[in-house]
Amino acid sequence: MSDPNDDADQSMGDSIIRDTTARIFADLADPQALNAAPNDRWKAPLWQALEEAGLTLAWVSEENGGAGADLADGFDILRVSGQYAAPVAIAETLLAGYFLDVAGIKCPSGPLTVAPVRLGDTLTCDDNGTISGIARAVPHVRDARAIVVIAEREADQVIALMAPGALGIADRQADMGGERADVTFDNVYPVEMAPVPEGWHADTANLFGAAVRAVQMTGALESVLELSVQYAGERVAFGRPIGKFQAVQHNLARLGGEVAAALAASGSAADTLARSTEFNEALLLEIASAKIRVGEAANDGAAIAHQVHGAIGWTAEHVLQRYTRRLWGWRDDFGAESHWAVMLGDMVTEAGADALWPMIAAR
Amino acid sequence: MQTAIRFDPLRLPPETAKLREEVRAFLAEEAALGTFDPNLGLRNSGYDRDFSRRVGGRGWIGMTWPKQYGGSERSYLDRYVVTEEMRAVAAPTWSHFVADRQSGPVILKYGTDEMKEEILPAICRGELCFAIGMSEPNSGSDLFAASTKAEREGSHYRVNGTKVWTSNAHRAEYMIALLRTSPATKENRRHGLTQFLVNMSLPGIKVKPIGQMPGYSDFNEVHLEDVMVPADHVLGEVDGAWKQATAELAYERSGPERFLETFYVLVALIRAMGSEPDLRASEGVGRLVAQLHTLRRMSVSVAGMLQAGREPVLEASIVKDLGTVWEQALPARARDLAAFAKPDLTNQADFEDLVEFATLVAPKLTIQGGTTEVLRGIIARGLGLR
Repeated sequence: MSDPNDDADQSMGDSIIRDTTARIFADLADPQALNAAPNDRWKAPLWQALEEAGLTLAWVSEENGGAGADLADGFDILRVSGQYAAPVAIAETLLAGYFLDVAGIKCPSGPLTVAPVRLGDTLTCDDNGTISGIARAVPHVRDARAIVVIAEREADQVIALMAPGALGIADRQADMGGERADVTFDNVYPVEMAPVPEGWHADTANLFGAAVRAVQMTGALESVLELSVQYAGERVAFGRPIGKFQAVQHNLARLGGEVAAALAASGSAADTLARSTEFNEALLLEIASAKIRVGEAANDGAAIAHQVHGAIGWTAEHVLQRYTRRLWGWRDDFGAESHWAVMLGDMVTEAGADALWPMIAAR
Repeated sequence: MQTAIRFDPLRLPPETAKLREEVRAFLAEEAALGTFDPNLGLRNSGYDRDFSRRVGGRGWIGMTWPKQYGGSERSYLDRYVVTEEMRAVAAPTWSHFVADRQSGPVILKYGTDEMKEEILPAICRGELCFAIGMSEPNSGSDLFAASTKAEREGSHYRVNGTKVWTSNAHRAEYMIALLRTSPATKENRRHGLTQFLVNMSLPGIKVKPIGQMPGYSDFNEVHLEDVMVPADHVLGEVDGAWKQATAELAYERSGPERFLETFYVLVALIRAMGSEPDLRASEGVGRLVAQLHTLRRMSVSVAGMLQAGREPVLEASIVKDLGTVWEQALPARARDLAAFAKPDLTNQADFEDLVEFATLVAPKLTIQGGTTEVLRGIIARGLGLR
């Protein structure tokens, strides 16, 4: 860290985990091929490859049967998964593994998911140790071997491993990607449960989830930019590729700016979390900013990408919607822009006007 | 499908923290002396020779340059810290800032030894103010349309023409001007322009201030009539100025001055809202801070790439595009968010005054130093569309 250049070069350098993830997704989850696939037969080999490479349990320590990789490595996996529109529960499994690990619960193999993902949904843990409540829009719940739940108790939170069998699962009307369903917990006993560890803040789970989504969304936005630039170079109208028109170029430049902001904001937040998971002002600033800014980039970026693609981008057969659906769905997970903006705004106004610059400059 | 755009999460090295403390202490001292009011932002006069001399005395001008020429060979990231601390409180840096950011580095790269020995140490001492003679009445964003002529006559060039929007020309000792030494060619319309160091005290130079919307006049028309500029005051390649611009633009476009110009309005808004803002204001402030933090992280990232010897032209253009659009919109956003502030707030009048002034300044932010349109063209090229 003494020489900033070393640091920069490090993060620019090759990462074996990133390359491995990219190779598996490129080989087994090409978005175009998946989009055209008549069924889900691609899913099992993809998951198996990810699992065999140790990627799915990256955030589980070795003593709990995982790969014990750094948080930074996990964020590399997540960015790549976003670049391929994450067709499986890789992010949810990483997150679930992390939560189980800090709770000292052994992580099962297979795809996992987490609940709740939507702020405002509260799952409670009763005195008798059962979990109740409704969690909306839980991703990949039908594929999940188990669901990891953060539930509220009177004085603290618990992390619980739940079997999907006893839950009410209802599909949602609109498909925002990620195979989401609403899940009802009605006095269900967890398979295992433990209180959150010491130092765990009421917002810690959401901060983790928000950082995970911000990084995935950034990966998806990178691909949305690439797809849009490529399409603008190929599609001919009025006698030339539409990418030669200044109006289209400027829209794509704006999309480039949004992707750049997403890269910077989520990269910085992930880096912060990877260095320390302690809940403090800096962590809140970084992750809240990332979720807000990447969410805004998803809003504006997806709109530009669809505009550039025209009607074809709005069809089921085109791959763009695999990305934009997820971007829109992910925006709402673990706190939407407005939620984090209020938290950040409260923190800033409470600290006072003169504290703003020192807070910004300290990052 | 990873994009070519890079913004690595670079952190300023821990050793910059001490420098930052020094700069803050210096600025607090200056504010206490009444040099400027950190709460007034652009309401302060930006120009103060004495202040610049004191900054120079601290070694904070030209700090990355060789010691031989008055610099202290510090890192570009050290310079970043000084620049952002000055900008955050709107310290009056106008007299030395252009020389520090642009003119000095150009002289360092292309100037004669004599020029370097004479001028650079004086810049470092805060004694020299520089102007940039780029735009002309018929050449703004389209720099390559510049027509102010420099014709070789023996050991000199005879210069005739008019530069416009030239900030600080009425105060500057020197101007680095883009002048036409040959016509453009059919193959290359960028050909034929040359950069010159022009001493503003030369006979034949007339400077006429231009009044501006906010009520001040820091920019000018500069008429050059038969001005004889020594031939060894050419900076770089004759007819080849277009080759020199690229790398310098990355420095010019990615600094903290590209998003902190109206920062004081955000500070004033937070002060006006107090510690219990309404929900709407809270959300608004949160979004503004998220963007500010993101812009700074982007800008620091580019500074790291520059320090590492890269030429992040695309990234720098993105920082200026996003940064200036944001700082331009900030006064209007602050006005929106303060709409339901309690009217009995004692600083309400101050706040409104600051917002109104910033509103008058805002239009220039996306024009100076490369318009939004020009930047988006560069970004489009970086994305492979041109």
